[in-house]
Amino acid sequence: MALLQISEPGGKPAAPKHRLAVGIDLGTTNSLVAASCGQKVEILPDDEGNYLMPSIVSYGTNSAPVVGHAALPAAVEDPANTIISVKRLLGRSLGEVSDDEQFGQYQFASTGVDSAPVLQTAAGDKNPVQVSADILSALAQRAERALKGKLEGVVITVPAYFNDAQRQQTKDAAQLAGLQVLRLLNEPTAAAVAYGLDSKDEGNVIVFDLGGGTFDVSLLSLQKGIFEVLATGGNTSLGGDDFDRALMALVRSKLGATEELNHKQTAQLKRLVIQAKHELSNSSSSELIFNDQTVRLTVEDFSAAVQDLVRQTITACRRVLRDAELDKDQIDNIVMVGGATRMPVIRQAVAEFFGKEPLTSIDPDKVVAIGAGIQADVLIGNKSADSFLLLDVNPLSLGIETMGELVEKIIPRNTTIPVARAQEFTTFKDGQTVMALHVVQGERELVKDCRSLARFELRGIPPMVAGAAKIRVTFQVDADGLLSVLAEELSTGTRAEIQVKPSYGLGSGEIEEMLQASQAHAQEDMQVRALREAQIEAQQLIDAIRAAETQDGDLLEEEERAQLDAAVAKLERAIADANKNDISEQTEALNKLSGEFAARRMDLHIAKALSGENIDSVESTND
Amino acid sequence: MAISLTNTAAQHMARQLEDRGHGLGIRVGVKTTGCSGMAYVLEFADKLEVGDQVFEDHGVKIIVDPKSLAYIDGTEMDFVKEGVNEGFEFRNPNAKGECGCGESFSV
Repeated sequence: MALLQISEPGGKPAAPKHRLAVGIDLGTTNSLVAASCGQKVEILPDDEGNYLMPSIVSYGTNSAPVVGHAALPAAVEDPANTIISVKRLLGRSLGEVSDDEQFGQYQFASTGVDSAPVLQTAAGDKNPVQVSADILSALAQRAERALKGKLEGVVITVPAYFNDAQRQQTKDAAQLAGLQVLRLLNEPTAAAVAYGLDSKDEGNVIVFDLGGGTFDVSLLSLQKGIFEVLATGGNTSLGGDDFDRALMALVRSKLGATEELNHKQTAQLKRLVIQAKHELSNSSSSELIFNDQTVRLTVEDFSAAVQDLVRQTITACRRVLRDAELDKDQIDNIVMVGGATRMPVIRQAVAEFFGKEPLTSIDPDKVVAIGAGIQADVLIGNKSADSFLLLDVNPLSLGIETMGELVEKIIPRNTTIPVARAQEFTTFKDGQTVMALHVVQGERELVKDCRSLARFELRGIPPMVAGAAKIRVTFQVDADGLLSVLAEELSTGTRAEIQVKPSYGLGSGEIEEMLQASQAHAQEDMQVRALREAQIEAQQLIDAIRAAETQDGDLLEEEERAQLDAAVAKLERAIADANKNDISEQTEALNKLSGEFAARRMDLHIAKALSGENIDSVESTND
Repeated sequence: MAISLTNTAAQHMARQLEDRGHGLGIRVGVKTTGCSGMAYVLEFADKLEVGDQVFEDHGVKIIVDPKSLAYIDGTEMDFVKEGVNEGFEFRNPNAKGECGCGESFSV
């Protein structure tokens, strides 16, 4: 409950600060907004009583953007200026989306393949952040009308797989819409909150979230009312839309139509197909009429058409269980989220795989928004925050590049966040005063196979011999999954810091691929790592010997020097040939060969250090 | 018939009364408002009205008018911190429901 302050008599009681906060489920296909009203959190409908707001924005020539239901006709009549599924564009680069047929109807401005895609519309250029901001604004307006007040904060849900760039862009969109983000919340976590699973003592819950455009499966573990996301998986490019497309392909083959449909016809047919899909959730067959042709669809037709997609969802469930090292009989509840989980074919497959019926009592379209609304109410301070505590995980490992283009993982994947981890690094070259830090995300061992997040430099390291400097690198991931990296040279306190800003690099679609690739290439990666490490060690030995030769070359007989140089040359060849065993052998050989030289240098330096001192002073310092 | 205070609540009330410099105690009551019907009143009391009941707990006088007492009898008041928010909380055994914002309650 609200906390009261003592006020002056007769005056109005110091208004208990009722602060308006809402939860927003910013979906690929549909968005919702929920707020606490009375004793429970409810979805706020629009003036016509619609709960779902299609995530569609239409940019006409001379009017404000049209959002939601009002934009639906434009999606059919003016697809080029009507943006649908903009969430799929968030955090991606033009290069990634320009050849993607699902965005075929849009005109992208030619901004360069690595930059953010910019959509050319009748109302001017729009980037995905602006489009998302327009959707958020519409939801916020709906909420402010319903709640009769200004919103002080919002909780926005994002798929668990969203990377830092996508999360940052979601925040940017909210800021552009004039909203204060209390927190980004992972969608499955929100769903679990909505089901009130935090009131249970313990258990494991699978959240199976098949939305319009994304598929997330998460494994939550409840302990003493606290829940933690043990593992997440899924596919950010699989959703109800794909089922629609599969059904669409089926319908088109049944129609026998070979001629290309224009955008308008495609959109019309799509609407009919979606209607048929909904009918098939409740009956065994459905008919649709398109261009005077009647097509009859049965549940069996549908099941066959989407069989592959269903199998993919189950495979993801299996992988999450494996990541968390749990068996499916250790799962106590399965929560179904997302409109696509209404399809009986999905419910059956899930029930069959886990051997128990999934929870479906809360409307799967609303459950995420309700959870976000509950969380918003807590975060704004209207409810006791200790009623539950949420923990999320870091979806991909975060690390930095080390010598040899290797990745040193600092925060491993599936670590609960917020988290801070530090590790010490050192310089590679004598007298090195600058260290370049390259922050990467991913599971592979080599930098080139991971996703580059940011680069920065730590300058002003005092010159020292290689390996003497101590540089502590701290990675901190906040509750929203955003990363800050701090590098600090410990003797002087010189520091450099970076907050990972939006980087329009790889997109969400690749995340799943990256995880798969890391498993597929595990063996090979290990070998590459071993090779690189051997190469680095060898190079360091060569550098040390060269430095010693320059300094104390006169300690060597000509023949010895020739032998040493020959061994160095041999090792250099081995490094170039990239044969790990060969490098190791030659390194050892060179080590042995140079041992005598090292011993002589040691003797010389000790002698030098002692010369000029009499025996008494040496002894007295030993006392 | 009683209203009680936790130790923390009493300390905060005593300190706030002291800071204010005058006042008999703290007046606690209810008024009709909000979506669930009633809201709490919490203010400094400078004088007693006819029928007022006075409870003393941990050295702090709590003053309640008879109408309000029916709704809040048995309430324990606490002072709590929730993140950056802090203030007095009513633990009212009579309240059947609260609205989401906690501004009002019903019996």
